[in-house]
Amino acid sequence: MQPTTHAFPENARKALSDERLQKVLAIAPAGFVNRRKQAADRLPEFEALRDQGRDLKNHVLANLDTYLEAFEAKVTEQGGHVHWCRTDQEARDAILGICRKVGAKTVTKGKSMISEEIGINDYLEANGLTPIETDLGEYIIQLRHEPPSHIIAPAFHLSKKDVEGTFRQAHTDLPPDRVLDDPKVLIAEARQVLRRKFQQADVGITGANLMVAETGSTVIVTNEGNGDLTQILPRVHVVIASIEKIVPTLEDAALVLRLLARSATGQEASAYTTFSTGPRRPGDLDGPEEFHVVLLDNGRSALLGTEFQEVLRCIRCGACMNHCPVYGSVGGHAYGWVYPGPIGSVVQPALLGVKEAGHLPNASTFCGRCEAVCPMRIPLPKMMRHWREKEFEQGLQPANMRKGLALWGWFARRPALYHAATRMAIRALGALGRGKGRFAKLPLAQGWTRYRDMPAPEGKTFQQMWAEKKGKR
Amino acid sequence: MAEKRPTPRVGLFVTCLVDLYRPTVGFAAVKLLEDAGCTVEVPSAQTCCGQPAFNAGDRKTAQDLARNTIAAFEGFDYVVVPSGSCGGQIKKHYPELLADDPAWAARAHHLSARTFELVSFLADVLGVSDTGARYDGTITYHDSCSGLRELGIKEQPRRLLGSVEGVTLNELPGAEVCCGFGGTFCVKYPDISNRMVEAKTADIKATGADTLLAGDMGCLLNMAGKLKREGSAIRVRHVAEVLAGVTDTPPIGETFGGEKA
Repeated sequence: MQPTTHAFPENARKALSDERLQKVLAIAPAGFVNRRKQAADRLPEFEALRDQGRDLKNHVLANLDTYLEAFEAKVTEQGGHVHWCRTDQEARDAILGICRKVGAKTVTKGKSMISEEIGINDYLEANGLTPIETDLGEYIIQLRHEPPSHIIAPAFHLSKKDVEGTFRQAHTDLPPDRVLDDPKVLIAEARQVLRRKFQQADVGITGANLMVAETGSTVIVTNEGNGDLTQILPRVHVVIASIEKIVPTLEDAALVLRLLARSATGQEASAYTTFSTGPRRPGDLDGPEEFHVVLLDNGRSALLGTEFQEVLRCIRCGACMNHCPVYGSVGGHAYGWVYPGPIGSVVQPALLGVKEAGHLPNASTFCGRCEAVCPMRIPLPKMMRHWREKEFEQGLQPANMRKGLALWGWFARRPALYHAATRMAIRALGALGRGKGRFAKLPLAQGWTRYRDMPAPEGKTFQQMWAEKKGKR
Repeated sequence: MAEKRPTPRVGLFVTCLVDLYRPTVGFAAVKLLEDAGCTVEVPSAQTCCGQPAFNAGDRKTAQDLARNTIAAFEGFDYVVVPSGSCGGQIKKHYPELLADDPAWAARAHHLSARTFELVSFLADVLGVSDTGARYDGTITYHDSCSGLRELGIKEQPRRLLGSVEGVTLNELPGAEVCCGFGGTFCVKYPDISNRMVEAKTADIKATGADTLLAGDMGCLLNMAGKLKREGSAIRVRHVAEVLAGVTDTPPIGETFGGEKA
């Protein structure tokens, strides 16, 4: 997927004038926010679990190589294969290679953000295979040729009506006069169509919410059960996961799972939590003949030991975007690539470069709500600020802003001059604004006055009035 | 309350926006502090806390201004700030900003420990429960993000406002959601900022309050500017003005009877 992150302001404007999207955004995030809060309130140890989650992931990141190699050894021991991939291209080639080797035609897919990151669907299609998304949201946006707009709710931006239209267009073999006005009916139709695909598939690709080093297991959580059908029915199961998803033990996995579902959907546990450990063993009733784990780095290891390391604690729950007022205003597509919201504003500059994604860490008020709900206590605003520091160092910020801040900084370092200059400026501005107490237009503040009035200053600075008062005392 | 404590010597960090835009808030803060038994001084060597530079990624300027503030406020028992945002910068970010500077790290920590946002200082440190003010109106209160999430200011302003005679408080739904100001954010991304502030003013108007209060001038200028653009008669003031009973200046963005001009 070609990123349009550099065009964030234009993307945002488009999103803001999209009435259909704005209607969805006015309602949907609040549901997530309320359910998360109720789930957190019901669990007295929730805040303590967040501390434990943070500490666990810090430990993992400090020993990443050890745990990944232990994981590989366990997977191999059980007859599986681990493919180490430095880049997205290596991961695409590894997956295509596996598919080719077994002569696959149809590939079913569980929901995976990493598969979005490496753009595997387009690649498989270009090489003559047919990838089919089986998560309902992913299936809908695949039919619409759209990227996901939310990391756990890919079709977040769509209404029931939109989905009905998409299904009518795609499922042409079904009677055109059928009634499709109920979500239950829509789900039933998708299930019916997908059931056939599950049976045709030669290879099933899933993501992994976790990998467990001590057992060599990969773990997915879903609410639809599609992940299980994706990984159990075909002959080959391919797991695509990024390296930071590893945890040492099953107990650690339980900790992350307790945080994940509550933070994501407000559930105590997702409907399905599935552990995959190697291919089918003799005597097993079902399961794939081959089990592959494609381990993706794609720039993540380069963050270790930097000021951005903590972002690798992310478990992709989506709580940050559910609580973000910027995401809530423009939705996920405005962010221009795979990861939207606050987590995207930290991750995308790392994966795409600060030149392409530099707008994102700037498009934040630092309101701090994301950090307040992050189950892994990632200091997201702080990391966005670090990206701004990179941009400042490289001179990437708009020249007028840079010059304005430099001039102001020059004065602010010189208190006497600063107070004299501000006194004069405020006297002038105060005199201009005295009539109405505010300005509808100000030459140097059009960004402000396009949408709101600028209140007028009182006319004297506090420092000046304080000095006058002291003189009188 | 057996022992009479010595009079705390407080340095007032005025903040740029109060200094330039609304000195009334500074005088209200001085009155509240003096009424609570403090002596208040205003060092003239203070300028800006450096937050705009810090948030623009200019660490060097932010560090210079942090050092300037630290030096200007050495020797006070407390430093009090009528803003959660600038208060948070000094209390939370100075120690981090100067952590690698051996000459300044300890001084940054020392200032951080003595620095408080005004309302939480009155309520939590001085134990003020009644400011003895009167304000006739139905108010609603917006929790500014930095004060709320960096400094834990939530019930202190409500507790003190509860002591003001004549006040009815109508809680603001979504009071903890950002108003869209965000420093330079509001001019860098005006369209998004506008979407946020119009959601906020809709919530404010729905409370039926005639007065909007908050503890940070940035948010107040933003919300007042939007309310006035929308033609709303809701009066906007800094919470310190109402707590101190200093309401002889017009509300933010208004004049007394001067609407004709």
